[in-house]
Amino acid sequence: MVSRLSFMGVIARVFMWAFLLGLVVVVVYPLLWMVLNGFKTNAELFSDPFALPVDWSFDNYRKAWNRGVGDYLTTSVLVTATSTVATVFVSAWAAYGLTRVDIPLNKAITALILGGLMLAPTVALVPLVKMFQAMGLYNSFWALLILYTAFRIPFTTFLIRAYMIDLPREVDEAAEVDGAGRWTAFWRIILPMCKPIITSTVLLQILFTWNEYLFAMVFTSGSGVQTLPVGLTSLMSKHGTEFPVVFAGMVIAAVPVVLLFVFGQRYIVKGLADGIGK
Amino acid sequence: MRAIVARSLGLAWVVPALALVGVFVYLPLVQNFGFSTLEWDIYSGSQEYIGFDNYAKLLDDPVFWSSLGNNLLYAVISIAFQVFGALLLAALIESIRGEGWRRSLRVIYFIPSAISLTVAGLLFYFLYEPNLGPINHLLEAAGLGQFAAAWLGQEGTAMPAIIAMSQWQGFGYSTLLFAVAIQRIPSEIYGAAAIDGVGPVGRFVHVTVPLVREMTGLMAIVTVSGSFQVFNEVMVMTGGGPNNSTQVLGTWLYRSGFVRNDFGYAAAIATVLFVITLGVAMAQLWVTRRRRVEW
Repeated sequence: MVSRLSFMGVIARVFMWAFLLGLVVVVVYPLLWMVLNGFKTNAELFSDPFALPVDWSFDNYRKAWNRGVGDYLTTSVLVTATSTVATVFVSAWAAYGLTRVDIPLNKAITALILGGLMLAPTVALVPLVKMFQAMGLYNSFWALLILYTAFRIPFTTFLIRAYMIDLPREVDEAAEVDGAGRWTAFWRIILPMCKPIITSTVLLQILFTWNEYLFAMVFTSGSGVQTLPVGLTSLMSKHGTEFPVVFAGMVIAAVPVVLLFVFGQRYIVKGLADGIGK
Repeated sequence: MRAIVARSLGLAWVVPALALVGVFVYLPLVQNFGFSTLEWDIYSGSQEYIGFDNYAKLLDDPVFWSSLGNNLLYAVISIAFQVFGALLLAALIESIRGEGWRRSLRVIYFIPSAISLTVAGLLFYFLYEPNLGPINHLLEAAGLGQFAAAWLGQEGTAMPAIIAMSQWQGFGYSTLLFAVAIQRIPSEIYGAAAIDGVGPVGRFVHVTVPLVREMTGLMAIVTVSGSFQVFNEVMVMTGGGPNNSTQVLGTWLYRSGFVRNDFGYAAAIATVLFVITLGVAMAQLWVTRRRRVEW
């Protein structure tokens, strides 16, 4: 009986590992294929999709870079950096006001800001286009910066607020004894104490902005203002017959966020888990 | 009086957030209802009030119904893979003894979720490609050449092919969150169950599943909500074709408004999306209110 059980146990473990490792292949192979194709020529790609590149040259990367990916990357970096700074500061201010300062209508304001979490960006698309055309900001860097900030404030405030609310009251009292004004208390004491959650929100905002497609596609058209996700589809439609160049562009877009996740996973996982569960 | 003024000064902390969210998130939402009652040509600028005609048009539009159906199919398949499949997978991973293995598997499975849907969509566009795509080559190599197909080019397979890509891209995300939820279960509970002679399957059914119930509810809601907001992968892989067979509400809204120049109709589709996503969000609020599983 015992030996039969352990025999079954061994079989179960073999199946489990076969399944888990099979899934690793399913996840990793397409990514590997993408990277390898960035080094091939068109002829190699069409003759045998499974073969390794004959010559490991960065020609396709250079071509992709010169055909717009360099510009898209620059725009992506700019939009990501500015919207991350804007979103995190505006949200941290709001979280501070809602948790540490005695303000009127606190409950209503909290509900209003966090309620934005429930609204899908698609729903606001038509009026937003009209609005940005009227403001003369359609097809501009500003459109993306404003939208990426406004639509992420509810989520970011939610995360920072949940963290700040748990900081002990004595912190504020100590700051008052020191004679520090609210402004100083925020920058010198509260914000540094929130460093872990600030790190989480920064990383999550970078992931979001870098990969966002809906707003980027609807609000920008010229190559000077397009970010990578939209730029890649332009690259595809303009140079769609030179597939290896497109693969090189995809790798350039994917590598930064994969590295970000691998090195910042502790903070990203914490942010995601708190964001969904609180 | 002075006290009220002093208290109101504190509002300066929340004004920037309130203004941005108010103007760019809430205001468009309200405007959208107004727009949905207009016959509106964006290029000529002509606007005419037509009441609920756009909604009546919606009911008669077969593509609206097939789009809604595609969103529903998306939701059902995603629940199966990204909620139940991911829960099972997370439990398998967390049952492994070596911490290094657990961590590596979680990271590897998550990588597709870190890259953008555009990159993942383009990648699968090539994988499905009839001539150079490895999927048809694999089928032929396995002697199943008769099943090779132009996956994204025909009505029967295009939508399932897109949904399959989405499962590949998203399962690691929910697996990671389930793994976090399982790690929060006190190990004494598993220990006690093991002493009582409960096997691994029993521990999964009687300990893991009930204690991550809340996460399961939240994941289901987030997954359904996401399924109704699908846009990126469809635009990148098929643009809604062939013959509108892969349109979802988001892409049909886009096409109606920005390609067919019918902004009022697009606003009406947006209202439907609003009602659905708000309903789902209300369900989420209800679940989180009842949170805190009693150990």
